[in-house]
Amino acid sequence: MTEQSVTQQGVNHLVVVGNGMVGHRLVSTLRARDGDGTWQITVLGEESRPAYDRVALSSYVDGASEQDLRLDDAGLQDDPLVTHHLGDAVVEVDPGGRRVTTASGRTLGYDALVFATGSYAFVPPVTGRELPGCFVYRTLDDLDAITEAAAAAVATTAPGRRSAVVVGGGLLGLEAARALRLLGLSPQVVEVAPWLMPVQVDARGGALLHRLVSEQGIAVRTGVSLTGIVRDRDRLVATLSDGVELDADVVVFAAGIRAADGPARACGLPVGPRGGVLVDDRCRTADEHVWAIGECAALEGRTYGLVAPGYAMAEVVADRLLGGSARMRPEQLDTSTRLKLLGVDVAGFGDAHAATEGALEVVVDDPVAGTYAKLVVAPPSSTGDASTLLGGVLVGDASRYGALRPLMGAPLPADPVALISTGGAEPDASALPDSAQICSCNAVTKGDLCAAIDGGAHDVPALKACTRAGTTCGSCVPALTRILQQQGVELSTALCAHFDHSRAELFEIVAGAGITSFSALLSRYGRGRGCEVCKPVVASILASLGTGHVLDGEQASLQDTNDHFLANLQRNGTYSVVPRIAGGEVTPAGLIVIGEVARDFGLYTKITGGQRIDLFGARVDDLPAIWRRLVDAGFESGHAYGKSLRTVKSCVGSAWCRYGVQDSVAMAVELELRYRGLRSPHKLKSGVSGCARECAEARSKDFGVIATEQGWNLYVGGNGGFTPRHAELLVSDVDSATLIRTIDRFLMFYIRTADRLQRTAPWIESLDGGLDHLRSVIVDDALGICADLDAAMQRHVGSYADEWAGVLDDPEKLSRFVSFVNAPDAPDPTIRFVPERGQAIPAPAPVLLGVPEVSAR
Amino acid sequence: MTTRLDTPTAVPARAGEAVSCWLTVCTVERLLPGRGAAALVGGTQVALFRLADGALHALGNIDPFTGAGVVSRGLVGDRDGEPTVASPLHKQVFALRDGRCLDDPDVRLPAFTVRAVGGDVQVGLR
Repeated sequence: MTEQSVTQQGVNHLVVVGNGMVGHRLVSTLRARDGDGTWQITVLGEESRPAYDRVALSSYVDGASEQDLRLDDAGLQDDPLVTHHLGDAVVEVDPGGRRVTTASGRTLGYDALVFATGSYAFVPPVTGRELPGCFVYRTLDDLDAITEAAAAAVATTAPGRRSAVVVGGGLLGLEAARALRLLGLSPQVVEVAPWLMPVQVDARGGALLHRLVSEQGIAVRTGVSLTGIVRDRDRLVATLSDGVELDADVVVFAAGIRAADGPARACGLPVGPRGGVLVDDRCRTADEHVWAIGECAALEGRTYGLVAPGYAMAEVVADRLLGGSARMRPEQLDTSTRLKLLGVDVAGFGDAHAATEGALEVVVDDPVAGTYAKLVVAPPSSTGDASTLLGGVLVGDASRYGALRPLMGAPLPADPVALISTGGAEPDASALPDSAQICSCNAVTKGDLCAAIDGGAHDVPALKACTRAGTTCGSCVPALTRILQQQGVELSTALCAHFDHSRAELFEIVAGAGITSFSALLSRYGRGRGCEVCKPVVASILASLGTGHVLDGEQASLQDTNDHFLANLQRNGTYSVVPRIAGGEVTPAGLIVIGEVARDFGLYTKITGGQRIDLFGARVDDLPAIWRRLVDAGFESGHAYGKSLRTVKSCVGSAWCRYGVQDSVAMAVELELRYRGLRSPHKLKSGVSGCARECAEARSKDFGVIATEQGWNLYVGGNGGFTPRHAELLVSDVDSATLIRTIDRFLMFYIRTADRLQRTAPWIESLDGGLDHLRSVIVDDALGICADLDAAMQRHVGSYADEWAGVLDDPEKLSRFVSFVNAPDAPDPTIRFVPERGQAIPAPAPVLLGVPEVSAR
Repeated sequence: MTTRLDTPTAVPARAGEAVSCWLTVCTVERLLPGRGAAALVGGTQVALFRLADGALHALGNIDPFTGAGVVSRGLVGDRDGEPTVASPLHKQVFALRDGRCLDDPDVRLPAFTVRAVGGDVQVGLR
């Protein structure tokens, strides 16, 4: 099969070998810049999936889908000048005939060929490395296979913990260890160097990292190598160079990568001393029609295993193909790294090992705080100028990475010790030159960002869209916010036209100043009469602070209709009623009462996704009578109408299930009763699973609990809805008391600081430092507010009262539940039902729009 | 001008229309400040609002976007000083003074004449 590229006059054919991040960047950049369509492009990919974000590979185990990881290729899919052949690797390149042949036998001619084949995982040549249960950690297919093997191991009933051995203690190895832990295995990391992450950090930083990683439940052995793997019944035994034998269900090789330069070697192109297709600073190989970019390229002899230099190479080749004269610049080969996982912050940048002649090291090592920081500076000149920063290492706290890394090569603005001491000088981004690189993944400088801001990009999403800054690893996003502020862009957090404050600020004002009414808050801190935005927000804040029944006094006028009638408004003006069924546990007698109420009031009945029962079609004037029957039978409000805790879903747990390891139903009931009625910025959902099989789908909840042999794992920040998110692990193997205390704090901290209608996932994302910051606040009490949060939750638990009963016991409140003030018993004539599958549903709405004025007669 | 207590054939007077007599629908106390309530005037559903400053407003109660009788259950507030109510279903905002929809110039609720007399809320009839 030969495909002749049908090219028009003046159109050249480019073949890109490899569809990873760098190849994808080349194609998207070339298409963006080649407005005249001078290049027709064919992409040949070995993997059958569309290009995806390999940097974020590990998030796949956290629940990110392939779709989430897919690189933005909307424009390329439909581009007539771009053709993808995926799952079809190149087997032969004929530079003389300018032709490539693929595994499927496809032959393509080219005017230019770019190798972007990336790299493959290095597997040390030990015996047993081909055994089932041994994997590499490189592609989504690898992760699928590892997930499957881990699930099979977890599902066995053999005694003892299920474990994994990770070969390699570098960045990838630690990510793999974390992924394996998430999959329910106990990981052990084996690193041949004397310390972890030997490329990025020095010996002392590595020693601290070892300690911090061990504290996260990951066993580490350094200075030893793997010598062999043998099969022992259903498991593997890995033997180390010191004679130790480790049992493992899974062995993962993450011991480095090698340039995938096979096809280039085979066609006789020169390669570097340690692999990689040799290219010059134009990224051109020895053949003038052949280029190489990314991890498969040896730029002047050296390969780069990071995406940022690869992207820079892609930009250079795109420019060259269009007749430009771009060359790789030394600063684009920056190998700075910041890694954050398991709550351990690590960064290495520039000359981390002080290899520069005469370089000096300034170290602040605080084993008590668990932080290590080192700056490498050039020796001071005789003229007494400030020291020049050459590089550094940060372990335990890398929050200054974003500020320090752009200073590389520049004179330090302050004493180096002060720059890395707790409470020391904070480098100011406004002092940075325009050439300082803010986003190293995409080589975006401060000057690029300022130009984009001048061009109208006035918030972080707009900056991301037009510069690509912050779209790869995300570590520079806080810097983007600071630069926006320094450029004079005001990021408005005003709640609405009536308050200039954000919800979080209003919460602090209400709590701090002891304000108990909307009118008092409005007169002192706002303007006008309020609106449908600020009134429910303030109502929610007042309710979170426990100011009595939500329909007391002025509060009644603030509640959205659902909270005002303690039921859920449906499209025809009727309401639905959901009694609480804590944990989804209900007695037969209770079920019968619900059935009788639904029957007697003609309510449509449906089981909800939260393990309870929704009764639809209740008229306002029927609500009290419906509640009376339910309350008398021992039910209470399920708060389905509130921005508050909805349900805590559970599986049946150890009480019945032969796999359950904890009593998930009892825990779910306890949690639901503890947090019932708690008003929050958005609805809250929870789930408790009794084992790692996760039948309660807890990881799709705002706070999800999964039982372990030792106790409970708590996951936070999950949700379904428009943008589904998996919850992330906050704490693991904690006892019940610790679990509940941690959830108490999580919820109270969320209630105090989240924006209006911000669910927990975007809230956590918005925290500077994300999940790790959250953990430091509510687990390590970094802000010293935990006692406060605990007390606030104690007040909520102590003051809870059923809102339905509160109305039934109050004639004044009851009097509001009428159809018409002057005809309390007259049914609303607009409410009409039709039968459907044996129940009543709303009759189709009359077509009203287009009629300028409507009055029902 | 007379005051009527009830009639099944009553028609509420639009704002600006001549009022022939008044229908008492409830006491002022019965309306929560800053909140609405529905009343039935003849066959017409009227949404009554009592603002925190004592002002009374009456609009049609049928949400023109959905046909549901829910306007009285919306949250009141203001937009640039103009007193408003937001439909509780999809939150379109209407001016309390004349029923204009501030989010859709093609839509309007009827506005009716209403007054407070001797502690009673009265709706004007045609």
